[in-house]
Amino acid sequence: MSTPRKAVALISGGLDSLLAARLMLEQGIHVEGINFYTGFCVEGHTHAIRKKDKSKTKRNNALWSAEQLGIKLHILDIIDEYKDVVINPKHGYGANMNPCLDCKIFMVSKAKQWMQEKGFDFIITGEVIGQRPMSQRKDLLPVVVRESGADDLLLRPLCAQNLAPTLPEREGWVDREKLLAFHGRNRKPQMALAKEFGFDDYASPAGGCCFLTDVNYSRKLVDLWQARNKKEYELDDIMLLKVGRHIRPAPHYKLIVSREDGENKFLNGYRKQFSTIEIKSHGGPLTLVDGDLSEDDFKQAASIAARFSQGREAESVNVLITPHGKEGYSLDIPPMSASEIKQEWHV
Amino acid sequence: MSSYTLDARNSLCPMPVIKTQNTVNELKAGDTLEVTSTDPGALNDIPAWCRINGHEIINAKENDGVVVIVIRVSD
Repeated sequence: MSTPRKAVALISGGLDSLLAARLMLEQGIHVEGINFYTGFCVEGHTHAIRKKDKSKTKRNNALWSAEQLGIKLHILDIIDEYKDVVINPKHGYGANMNPCLDCKIFMVSKAKQWMQEKGFDFIITGEVIGQRPMSQRKDLLPVVVRESGADDLLLRPLCAQNLAPTLPEREGWVDREKLLAFHGRNRKPQMALAKEFGFDDYASPAGGCCFLTDVNYSRKLVDLWQARNKKEYELDDIMLLKVGRHIRPAPHYKLIVSREDGENKFLNGYRKQFSTIEIKSHGGPLTLVDGDLSEDDFKQAASIAARFSQGREAESVNVLITPHGKEGYSLDIPPMSASEIKQEWHV
Repeated sequence: MSSYTLDARNSLCPMPVIKTQNTVNELKAGDTLEVTSTDPGALNDIPAWCRINGHEIINAKENDGVVVIVIRVSD
């Protein structure tokens, strides 16, 4: 009996990549998954910081997919390499700060590199022609093939019959007749196939796996770059954009105000990296302060933070201000009124 | 056979899993690794990663927001 051909599957944790991998397993292909962590991935756990999302299942969907498929999954940290994709996308951004086409090219090129290093034969993805406005347009799928260097080693099982035969099909490693011809934004064929395979409880069919597609998140990222006057970031920067109220009362500083206990705990892990404001006389949020502040700035920041405490109606709130790397000091400050907090300060 | 520890506190999913994966890949069969994480999802994800990669979970518990998981590395 011959050794089965080996395919590396890009597993996002969504339905399409789950189905594409399953179709290959049906054909006797040895499949292993890879999943890329960019730092912008939307994970149940990130949401789980907030109490309102506590009821959501705390699972990593890519791991869940791999377990459903019975395949190994390799999660690759590409945080540093991915920066250039976000900062300098050759093909530009989508509706927000999402560089979807460059992202897909980058990930397929990384998959090809992994495939070669591990002795695998070809790459599969869950792409479907016409499903996404940027990265899965019919005229752009060949761009991914060409610019990733994957060429005809990239097989898209869900829509392969709409595309030219790839090497795995021409060589008979996979049976093209058993591949599919999905196209467009209609999700019903995928849902029907999922039912046929017995998959339920899969992640949201419409995707949405990246914070860069989110308008509010994108606005915060642009604000970060504008404030620093350069397009760069570290992992902590982009993690913090997911958490808390972001308020910029002046160009040179920003407050990150926790909204509830879960965020308080999360922001607490960053207190050594930032100046902080803690409400002492009332229940209230932990506030991280990003920037170089004067004494008057700290008074303004403390007054804003006090507004979000249970002492918001009090004449005065006691706070502990701890400038970064210095001793903290106590301050009694009147909370800022709601009308004084300008709408344009909210990032 | 040796015992190792991994401090993955203050990192969010999937970093605890990635750190576990990268550490386990450097260990030998029979070695044990104790992972500490403050991500509530680690209690699900690290065992899931172990199951699909054939490693044994010896113990997994959560106490006051800290997850501790002990893994025995397989071949």
